Amino acid sequence: MKTSKKEYSRMVEKASPPSRLVKNCTWAFMTGGSICALGEWLYRFYMNMGFIISDARLMSSITLVGLSALFTGLGWYSRLAKRAGAGTLVPITGFANAVVSPAMEFRSEGLITGVGAKMFVIAGPVIVYGVLASVVYGLILFFVSPMGR
Amino acid sequence: MSRVITLKKPVAITTHSCVGGKKEGKGPLGDYFDMISDDDYFGQDTWEKAETEMLKRSFYTILKKRDIKPQAIQVALGGDLCDQITSTAFCYRDITIPFLGLYGACSAMAESMAIGACLVSGGIVDNALCSASSHFATAERQFRTPLDYGGKRTPTAQWTVTGAAHSLLEREGKGPFITRVMFGRIADLGVKDANNMGAAMAPAAALTLKEFFRETGEKPENYDAIYTGDLGMVGSVLLKELLQKEDIELTNHQDCGLIIFDRESQQVQAGASGCGCSGCVLSAHILPQMEQKKINRILFMATGALLSPTTTMQQESIPGIAHLVEIQTERN
Repeated sequence: MKTSKKEYSRMVEKASPPSRLVKNCTWAFMTGGSICALGEWLYRFYMNMGFIISDARLMSSITLVGLSALFTGLGWYSRLAKRAGAGTLVPITGFANAVVSPAMEFRSEGLITGVGAKMFVIAGPVIVYGVLASVVYGLILFFVSPMGR
Repeated sequence: MSRVITLKKPVAITTHSCVGGKKEGKGPLGDYFDMISDDDYFGQDTWEKAETEMLKRSFYTILKKRDIKPQAIQVALGGDLCDQITSTAFCYRDITIPFLGLYGACSAMAESMAIGACLVSGGIVDNALCSASSHFATAERQFRTPLDYGGKRTPTAQWTVTGAAHSLLEREGKGPFITRVMFGRIADLGVKDANNMGAAMAPAAALTLKEFFRETGEKPENYDAIYTGDLGMVGSVLLKELLQKEDIELTNHQDCGLIIFDRESQQVQAGASGCGCSGCVLSAHILPQMEQKKINRILFMATGALLSPTTTMQQESIPGIAHLVEIQTERN
């Protein structure tokens, strides 16, 4: 073949249609924003019900996670995500979807080797590096801030 | 030594069958499948069992069409995309006939037909049953993400066909006939993006076609159509560009990955893919046209991306392969 790898890489780039940036960003903004607005509404709702701030925040997160798990189970979440992209991926609901969808998918391989082993196949790395990052930031904070403050 | 194998006795494709899923049924070829299942589980409880069941339905359809019993099949050749090609193996676990499992990824249909044609033409066997199958769900869960994971598909991604196809090769018959075959060489021009299979496989398709034309002296225009398996929109553009650089103008190219679905309305991004794609398009679209003599001479070349989830994670580039089968309505 007369085409080199380098040359082909340029050809591939040219032939591959780019993602529709404006459309995708608009969808992501609208859906992501709506999910966050729902979270804000839930927070106020729980505050009105008499919960203290920290509990109300926790309750709204739990509700969003629960709704996301339910919608994943009903097959609605992936349908919305097809258009919403990062709008459904970034909020806490995306994390719930990333745990529930493999748990559903791999139930055919059993509760231990299927659901148990595969449940965190997508979310696992986020948890690992999220915890690791918080340890690093914690250490930095410990050393830069005066003791006892 | 020529790599193009001219069959001493052309081999007849006497019967063929194909079974598809719900989405395939709604596509432009929906009416031409032997069977469409609105239930992608095919009445089973796992996706893997569903793919095996789909293959079985295609198997029994071809037997019925040819009016023969399973024992009449001398050898079955076929492959799929599941780990260790279990869909095909499990199909023939229950139908106990001699079986050769092949792995050539999405090139399975052309690979099995090329080997089958050699066996039949050489007088080794009287008949060979070739098959290919893929299922959207089994492929997705193996190569990508869970079905209900909320991800956005990239514009270069291709949609794995839920489909199984068989074709029966025999020494005698009224055709169409396989006259020449060519086993492809692996080509890898460094594409690493598993969401751009067309780009990964186009170099293999170009290599096989280039060598076929060089060795036989044939020209693209000598054929009514040159079909590739599942290059999709991106791979098809690249195939033409690669061949242009070799001074070959491909004017009559068609890709099965752009025939089986309506790309826009069925939202399949760059087109279709999977072993079942070329297999089903061959049985539902190409061979019927040849039987009606609407087209008389074609090249059928299925392409395969020889990657695994492990090699993708290890950042390996994707080797491609393309096997070619020449099919004519006349023996000579």
